[in-house]
Parts: sequence; structure tokens; C-alpha cells
Amino acid sequence: MRLRLLRALLQLYPASFRAEFGEELCAVFRQRRREASGLLEVCALWLATFTETLGNASAAHWDLLKQDLHYTARSLRRTPGFTLTAIAVSAIGIGATTAAFSLADHVLFRPLPFRDSERLVKLWEDQSPRNYADMEPSPANYRDWKRMSHSFEAMGAYHSESVNLVGVGEPLRLEGAAVTADLFPILDVQPALGRSFTEADDRFGAPGTLLLSDGLWQRRFGADPNVLGRKVSLDDAPFTIIGVMPPSFLFPSRKAELWTTTRFAADNFEDRGDNWLNVVAKLRRGVGLEQARAEMRVVGEQLARAWPKENEHVGVSISRLRDEINDRTRLLLIALLGAALCVLLIGCTNLANLLLARALVRRKELAVRTALGAGRERLVRQLLTESLVLAISGGAAGVLVATQAVPLLSKLVPNTLPIAEAPSIDLRVLGFAALLSCLTGIAFGVIPAMRACRGTNLAGLREGSRGGVGGRKELLRSVLVVAEVAGSVVLLVACGLLIRALWHLQSVDPGFRANGVLTMRTWLPLPKYDRTARREQFYTKVLSEARALPGVSGAAYASFLPMAFRGGIWKVAIAGRPPDEKFQMASLRYVTPGFFDILAIPLGAGRDVSESDTRDKPFVAVVSESFVRRYWPGQNPLGRHFEFGLADRTVVGVVGDVRVRGLERDSEPQVYLSYKQVPDGSIVGYTPKDLVVRISASPGAVLPSLRRIVASADPEQPISDVRMLSDIVEDDTAPRVVQVRVLGAFAAIAFLLAGIGIHGLLAFAVSSRAQEIGVRIALGARPYDIIGMVLGDGVRLAAAGVVLGTGLAYAAGRALEALLAGVKPGDLPTFATAVALCLLMTAFGSLLPAIRAVRVDPTTSIRAE
Amino acid sequence: MSTNRPDPASLLPLPPATFHILLALAGEDLHGYAIIQDVAARTDGELKLSAGTLYRSIQRLLEQGLLVEPRERPAPELDDERRRYYRITPFGRAVAQAEAQRLTQLVRMARAAGLAPGRA
Repeated sequence: MRLRLLRALLQLYPASFRAEFGEELCAVFRQRRREASGLLEVCALWLATFTETLGNASAAHWDLLKQDLHYTARSLRRTPGFTLTAIAVSAIGIGATTAAFSLADHVLFRPLPFRDSERLVKLWEDQSPRNYADMEPSPANYRDWKRMSHSFEAMGAYHSESVNLVGVGEPLRLEGAAVTADLFPILDVQPALGRSFTEADDRFGAPGTLLLSDGLWQRRFGADPNVLGRKVSLDDAPFTIIGVMPPSFLFPSRKAELWTTTRFAADNFEDRGDNWLNVVAKLRRGVGLEQARAEMRVVGEQLARAWPKENEHVGVSISRLRDEINDRTRLLLIALLGAALCVLLIGCTNLANLLLARALVRRKELAVRTALGAGRERLVRQLLTESLVLAISGGAAGVLVATQAVPLLSKLVPNTLPIAEAPSIDLRVLGFAALLSCLTGIAFGVIPAMRACRGTNLAGLREGSRGGVGGRKELLRSVLVVAEVAGSVVLLVACGLLIRALWHLQSVDPGFRANGVLTMRTWLPLPKYDRTARREQFYTKVLSEARALPGVSGAAYASFLPMAFRGGIWKVAIAGRPPDEKFQMASLRYVTPGFFDILAIPLGAGRDVSESDTRDKPFVAVVSESFVRRYWPGQNPLGRHFEFGLADRTVVGVVGDVRVRGLERDSEPQVYLSYKQVPDGSIVGYTPKDLVVRISASPGAVLPSLRRIVASADPEQPISDVRMLSDIVEDDTAPRVVQVRVLGAFAAIAFLLAGIGIHGLLAFAVSSRAQEIGVRIALGARPYDIIGMVLGDGVRLAAAGVVLGTGLAYAAGRALEALLAGVKPGDLPTFATAVALCLLMTAFGSLLPAIRAVRVDPTTSIRAE
Repeated sequence: MSTNRPDPASLLPLPPATFHILLALAGEDLHGYAIIQDVAARTDGELKLSAGTLYRSIQRLLEQGLLVEPRERPAPELDDERRRYYRITPFGRAVAQAEAQRLTQLVRMARAAGLAPGRA
């Protein structure tokens, strides 16, 4: 029994050491045990044995490792081609996977940078019956939710805002958020400098207080620590700077550069249909998401009963703040990770194959070492050390690859989360890469090592140069090649499907012509531009001077540009018709005359809005074709009336539809209203702010003049978001372009690796079958037969891989369906192309071995025996 | 098993445990436990080799060719069949001598500096 315990302890030693000295160690222990008298001495002996075994066993392992590393270094240096290939292949695989992981981890998995972030949730109005599952809550509903619920420790709200900062250098347009005073405590963030908001800051009529982002503080205020108490003007209202947030604080998104308080006015709570808040809450400890949902369902029903008119179809939906990311982004990142893993697997397979071939070539060497007394465990250990050294070197190089690659992927990081634009390669990611390297090393090392050592006996010496040809070893290598081909088919098809989807989307007509249109934003601040007449003055001056510039063929203003701002919808009501809950929203835009011309939106019937559509005239509307189809199908819409934007409107024109919500989503029908028919102080969020200018000159030539014109109309008016309209449209598909490029690169690598795999296997087969081929040639086989034999081997492997890969690719396509924009997961041209490419690759991979086979000289190959 | 041994000096300085093992084996072939006892007696119980340390040293000494396992066994009445005996090789002897010389020189230098008793 005692010896059994000792023997168990001895398991800590390397097997080779145990085999050599295990009995001796036991004998010494027995002797000592006999000499020990009394319980105390026996205990002391056990304690000493235990500690010395721990120490000596690790030392013995370390000795072996040093030996193996020494041997590995020598043997790898002898075959630099193999070494470099193996390191490069694992670097690509590990690098790609590490980059994809760091991105996915950043966006999907890592907790948000707030304390107890797993308890942070967002609350939305669930208006599913009206087709809007996540609608921003109205202030009145927010207030009632907060009052009536018990599942939350605290609840706060914010809304994004965009303001003109005046008083520090040039006027500046800045993004930020107005928050309730209880929001920052929920997020548990403190300013790095100064103080946070208090209830006193967040009352209606309270003096304006302002927190700066670290970036803005550095950039605009020279990181001045005395910035606290400084007064600036935001949209013409006075604000006092009370603090600077830490650099890591990126809330609600990384675009936010300043924070003010909401300072709700009493009339903010009047209209429950006025949806513009974002609500964040922290679940009480021990309260689950489902529990909170159940409670809020009841709260929603109570509110619906209390306010049947406004809240009839309004429920409450709750999601984790972490999950504020759309399904497509999630799928895209997971697809990327999957593809990277696929590359890694193919890389591993290829390396396993290389090592297998190498091990077969080295059978003699291994057999010699066995004959000299090296146990199988020592050989396996030696080979594993070798593959681990390769994988870890590859991993180190892979991390370098990843650090270079990650910034290129930043377009895939959605800006809806309070996280940085690009992930940093930190300990977590490095740990992942290290783990991956070890797994890789073991994965591609262990099978060849086991295989190589199984048959290492004297047969290895006797068998001569024909070692390892045919039979099961070849079968294993063939299986690996088939797996590689299958993997590359999957990647090729996935990439092909996404390319098709991209093409499909890029060919979708946005409904307007984006080329040659320069856009910029001049967001006129309130209350300075409260009055419509005051705004008109500004627009008229800017537009008339802009139109007169050389190289400019037209200029106009609109509330928002399509795809740049996707929301901005309003309820449509038509007298005498019951409201249809599902289809009653239309996008609302105020425009100046000429907007349709500049964007080349076709005017189908009637007329554009005109300068004479003023407030004392009947309110007019130009509607899109889908609007007509929805409300007056097959009828003449001109002259018809509808209720929209707090007034009765008369249809005076019909224009083509525009993809307001981007190329991938259905958009609401559009309604355009005259910029002069805005009652003072009404619907101010929709006042025109985007200037569009059709130019024939280069943007650089026109821009300085435009800036001068705006400055002369109002020296305090900043300009922001200067972009070509075509860039806005391109941005709509930018994440897809990045994704296709990345996936394309992965597919290309996989394809190449599979090609190398086929080539390697066949080349090895040919060289080890040289005698057989020589005999065949001597017996009269024609070159044609020999080529057929080698090519046949290649084609059989490829065919098996293609069949397997096609099935897997179809499954992958199904999983990706949401990203395919209507392209079928079984898209025939894509599959055909992928299969054709694979066959081509097989032909190329087999070509050289086949030629070498034909060139086999029967006399020398037979004599060599 | 190479025949051209390295220069004994290249293995110096020897770890104390190794040197003691060579000293123990200088007179006669011994098995492991006897080595431990011999070393302990030689050092008045100051150095008690653990079994693991002993056999790790022996493993290295065997690999380096300082020890061998003799084919002939000791006299039957002294032999314990289950035990493995170790014998110092001429090379091992040369290494031990080189180490002894190194130590002697060190002591001589220490004396000259007045750091050790005896004649300079």
C-alpha cells in the first residue's frame, strides 16, 4: 500500500526516468522506511520524499525539455525550408484566428467597461404591432416606468444630441448626449477632473452644465486643468464646464464628446407619442432579465389601460446593454471567426501532413534512436516538442500579423456600443493566441508523432528506403488532404455567396444619383434660429451664393440625407380611414426647391416644392411612389389630402422612392414638405440642416468658397460632416466590403494550402513509388498511363473533398442566410465556380508530381534497390 | 557512446552532489543507497542526498560517461540481486581529479589572502 502511494508519486517523473530508476527509487525508500522508527520519523520521511520528488521531477522534466529543445533546434536548422513553411502556415492560421477573436471578443464577449455591466439593460417601447420592436420611449412613458417598476436598482435616460460649440477657437459641431442626473451613477463612472451632474443640474431652467470628453479637452482646451468653471456656448445657450470624463468613457458611443443634462420641461411629458429617449437601467441584484421583462409587461399593460389612445400597442422590451448590436453584425463576426478557424484547421492539417511525411522520411533515424534505447515516450515527446516549437514560433509571428490586421477590421466594429473603435491586443488576446498555439502544436504534432513511433522497431531499419508507403499511413494523409479540400470549398463558397450578395446590393438602385454631390451639415442652433423666417434668411443667402459659384450646378437644403440619417418618421392619417397600425409611418423631410434635381430623384407627376409654398398658402407635400401605392393605388394622387406633421397636406407632386434606410432594409414611403411651411418652433428637429451641392469641379476647389459663404451668413455657424454623397452610399456597404475582403483572403489562403497539400502528398507518393513506376515503365506503360495514374490519385482526393465540402458549404450558406441579401444559400454559379476552382487546383497540384513520374528512369530506379 | 571524450576541465566546476558521488565510488562499486550512506558518513551527516537528486545525478553521470554499470557483480554474499551498481570510469576519475585540483588551488588562494588556516 505504501509502495503504491510512492509509485503514484513517482508518476510525476518523466516515463523514461521512471523506467530507468523507478525500482531503485523504491528500494532506497524501503531502506529508509525500515530505518525510520516512530510515527514522527515516518511522517518526516514521507514529507521529505514528497517535496524532493516534486522538486526533482520538475527538474528532470526540465532537463528533458532542454535536451529536446536543443535537438529540435538542430533538426529544424537542418531543414530550413520545412521550418519556414511550417512557421508561416501556423502564423497565418493563428494570426487570422487571433485577429478575428480579438474583434469578436471586443464586440461580442468582453464585458462593457462599466462596473456590474452584466446588470445594465436598455428599455424600449415595444411597438411590434406597428412594426417597430425597439422604439425610443417618450419621456412620459419613461417617467411612469421608473415610477411603477421594482426590478431595477435605478433607471436613467439620455438622448443623443449634436450641438454647436462656440467660444473656443473656430465654431465646432459636436456629438454628445444629454443625460439625466441619475445615469452616470448607474454606469458608475466619475469624471477624471471636476464633478459629475447632480439633481440640481438636471432641473428645468437650471443653469447649463457641461462635461467634456478627454479627447475634446485635449484637443480644444489644451488639456488645461483650469478648464473647470469656464463658460462656453452650446447652440447659443451658456454652459459651464464642470468636469472632464476619463478617456475610457465612450458613452453612448465613441462619437460622444460632451455631456449635458436633459433638463426636461413640463411639456416634454405631454405627448406620449413623442419618442426620443434612450433608457438605461440597472437590474437589482438577484433579479433576472426574464423577471424584469415579466414585471414590465404588467407595467406596459397598466399604462395601455391608462392611456388607451397613445399606448394601445406599446409594450416594453428589455435587452442587455451588451447586446445593443444588430444580428447581422453578430453573425458577420461569428462568420469571420468561423472562417479564421477554418483557415487554422486547414493550416494544421497541412502541417500534420508535412510532419507526417517528415516523420516517415525520418523513420530510419527514429528506428536507430529506438534501437539505442530511447523509449517511445521519449520519441513522442521529442516530436511534440518539435511541433510545439514550430507552433509557438508561428504563434508569435501570428500575433504580429494580428496586430497589423486588427486596425484594418475596425469598420466591422459597430458604433452602437460604448466601446473603442479598434480592439487592443491585450493579455486576454495574447493568452488566447498562446492557447491556440499550444493546441495547434499538439493538434498537428500528436498524430504524426504517434504514427511515426508506432512502427519504430527494427523493421524501420530493415525496410530500407520504402518506408511508409501505401497502406494505412497513406490513407491517413489522404484523409487529411480531403479535409483540406473540403475546408477550402466551404470558404470559397461562403466567400462567393457574400461577393454575390455584395454585388447584388451594390447594384440596388438607391433611388438617387450620388456622384458629384458634395454634402455638409450646418445645424442651426435653437433658440437663435427658432423662427422660420430667420432660418429662411440663412438658407436663401447660402444657397444663392453657392449656386453662383463656378463649378456648382445646383444647391439645396434638406432635413436629412438618405442613408446618413435613417429615421425621422411621422404618422400618416387620412380622413375617413381607420389607421392601419402596421403601415402608417412615412419619413418626413423638409426640403428647399431643387433638392430632387440635385439628387436626380425623378419627378413622376406634378411639381417640386417651390419658393411660393409659404406659410400663408395651403401646406403642400411631394410624396414618393410607394406612398401613392400604399394610400391611393391606381388613382391620381395629385390634390389629395392627408394629415402629417401636425398639419393637413395637399399632394402636389410624386417622386421616385429613395432608399432612406440603406440598401439592405425596406424604407418607409417618403414625404417631402416645403421648407417655408414650418410653423415657428414646431417640429424643430426636422428643420433643414444638410446642404447638398452638385459640383462639376473637385470638392477641394469648391469647399473653401462654401465655408466662406456659410461664415458670412453666420460667423458662429460651424460646418460638420463634409462628405461626398457617394461616400455615404459606399459606407452603407463598407462593412460588407471589408468582410468580403477578409473572407476572400482566408479563402485564398485555404485554397493555396489545400493545393500545397495535394502537391505534397502526390510528390511524396511519386518519389516513394519510383521503383514501382520504373517497373511499370520498363514493362511498357506509356507516359499517358503514368500521368493518368498520378492525376487519378489527385482527382480522387479532390472529388472526395469537393463532395464533403459542398455539403458543409451548403450548411454554412444556410447559417449565413441573413447576410446574403436574397442570394440563395445554394446559389448554383457560386458552387460551380468553387468546384471548378478546386478541380483546377487539383490539376495544378498534381501536374508536377505527374511530370516527375513520367521522367522516372526505369534503369536507375530499379538499380537503386 | 562517443569515444573522444571532452576535456575533463570542460565539466568543471562539478555540483557538490556529483563530486561526492564520484568520491564515494572512487574506492568501490556501490548501489544507490550505499552511495547515499557513504556520502552522509563522509560529511558527518551534513549532506544527505535525496533519492531523486542521487539518481538524477547518476543519470547525467552515466550520459556523460563518468560512470558505468559494471557487468560483473560484487561477491555473491554482498550482492543484492535487485540492486544496480555503479562504477567510476577512468574519465570520471580524471574529472574528479581535475575538480579536486581546482578546489586545492582555490584553497591555496584563500590561504594566500589570509582567509583560510594553514601555510601560504
